[in-house]
Amino acid sequence: MNITVLLKQVPDTTAKITISDGKVDENSVSKWSMSPYDEYALESGLQLKEKTGGNLIAITCGPERAKKMLTDAAAVGADTLVHISNDGVTDSTHVQKLLAAAVKKFDSQIVLCGKQAADTNGGSTGPGVAELIGAACVTLVSEVNYSEGNFSTIRPSNSGTEKVAVDGLSVFAFDKGTSELRRPNVRGIMMAKKKQVESITSGDLGVILNSSNVALNSQNPPPEKPAGQKFEGAEHVNEVVSKLRNEANVI
Amino acid sequence: MDFTIIAETNGDSLHPTTYQLIGAAASMGSNSTVICPNGVGASEAAKINGVEKVISATGDCFNIFDGGAWASAMSSMCGEMTLISASPNGREIGARIAAKKDIPIIQDVVSMSEGITVNRPIYSGKAMESLTISGSAVITLRPNAFEAASTGNDAPINVVDQSADVKIAIQEAINKASERLDVTEADIIISGGRGMGTIENFSHLEEIADTIGAAVGASRAVVDEWGMPHRMQVGQTGKTVTPSLYIAVGISGAIQHLAGMRSSKYILAINKDPDAPIFGVADYGIVATWEDAIPALKSSLSELQS
Repeated sequence: MNITVLLKQVPDTTAKITISDGKVDENSVSKWSMSPYDEYALESGLQLKEKTGGNLIAITCGPERAKKMLTDAAAVGADTLVHISNDGVTDSTHVQKLLAAAVKKFDSQIVLCGKQAADTNGGSTGPGVAELIGAACVTLVSEVNYSEGNFSTIRPSNSGTEKVAVDGLSVFAFDKGTSELRRPNVRGIMMAKKKQVESITSGDLGVILNSSNVALNSQNPPPEKPAGQKFEGAEHVNEVVSKLRNEANVI
Repeated sequence: MDFTIIAETNGDSLHPTTYQLIGAAASMGSNSTVICPNGVGASEAAKINGVEKVISATGDCFNIFDGGAWASAMSSMCGEMTLISASPNGREIGARIAAKKDIPIIQDVVSMSEGITVNRPIYSGKAMESLTISGSAVITLRPNAFEAASTGNDAPINVVDQSADVKIAIQEAINKASERLDVTEADIIISGGRGMGTIENFSHLEEIADTIGAAVGASRAVVDEWGMPHRMQVGQTGKTVTPSLYIAVGISGAIQHLAGMRSSKYILAINKDPDAPIFGVADYGIVATWEDAIPALKSSLSELQS
């Protein structure tokens, strides 16, 4: 069975984001990491691989630097590493087309990804790719189980959680999972260094992208908040509560 | 510009966000067509000002949530610009519709102006980006970021029966969630961090939450280290929240936490460390231990409620 995990490299969540000339300055990012929810998708993929003896394919669409993250995925057990060069493609629908074409090329039976990337925070990739490959999609899942050829998953519901069965090819978009994430061992890291990353382009995938209807004007720091009112000591609690009522009108 | 709105529902009625979606379209000078999945809230939607017509979309495919089936049942009714709530289900339907129509999707927009130019947070609010859209698109709007439309209208309702291929089946409903409000739904949130000392001390925050109808949230440290449920986590790897009032108790304000709550309307921070970064985003700050501040806060709030 081919298990595909879609991964994205993003600035580590501890990294400061700085803006220069109206754009996020990627050079000033102190550390790049696998997007946190993708890590849970990868962990689930590794467990499914162990259970079914399948082949785990890690696919990313991004710049050159993202290859490092694929090697990190190999260190914990990814078998096939696929890097789609994105050539500055930022329109989410376009990225989904590239990913969907790669998923088809590698004949995947199941696709796992994070519910949203820690940079764009969109959440479009999982359902968008599912649409393009004609698959079911369940989002915000915490685990995926395999039994006798069928997948089931756990997702939130209005009254708690629910166990959901899917029919046919499926995409699962992970929230924080229930499994502990594994860390690579030395042998895994050494093996991963020797593993080839397969680089493909939109041309290789036969995807023709039209120009996007969306243009980026600028990226900016978040709006500054005016300095707040600060009080020393718990004796001011009453005063602050009355301000919350009379100034802010929120209670 | 013609706007189609997919209503966000809550049980048998419209979610307040639906009024904001309609208000956002109206602010662009447009009346809108509102699609009510499963017919929920159709007569309520017809009364909202700015609505030209309501499509009550019915059919078995709406019995459970399958984003693929819902998108398939509704996409043909969507016009040039489709607005949906940036809720989990809304984002999923939106992404499906955009992929199906081969048009862009812009998620989690917080402001919109002529052009159409939109603004959205990126890196969980550590930065913002401004985009201009030419042509068709699907846009999801962040709840509580837009003015709600008023009521008094009497728009026509068309019932349209749809069918679609449902690929998801619910096998089992599991453990009922606590009766507590979800942090993404609440108008007031009281969150605790490592400064609360132990997980047991969260009962004090729960008591206050019960007094004022708030949800209880938690920092990442408390979720990771003390085993607090992840659904309570506010921050970059948890929930992004925009309540009217966010009360942070014993939370120092790591960059990931600030990213998830800084766009709250008002922030009250209680922390014993006067230099805690949380005070940098707080409208009101009290430098005190929770042991001193929480009893006072509780009695002060109970007095207000009575």
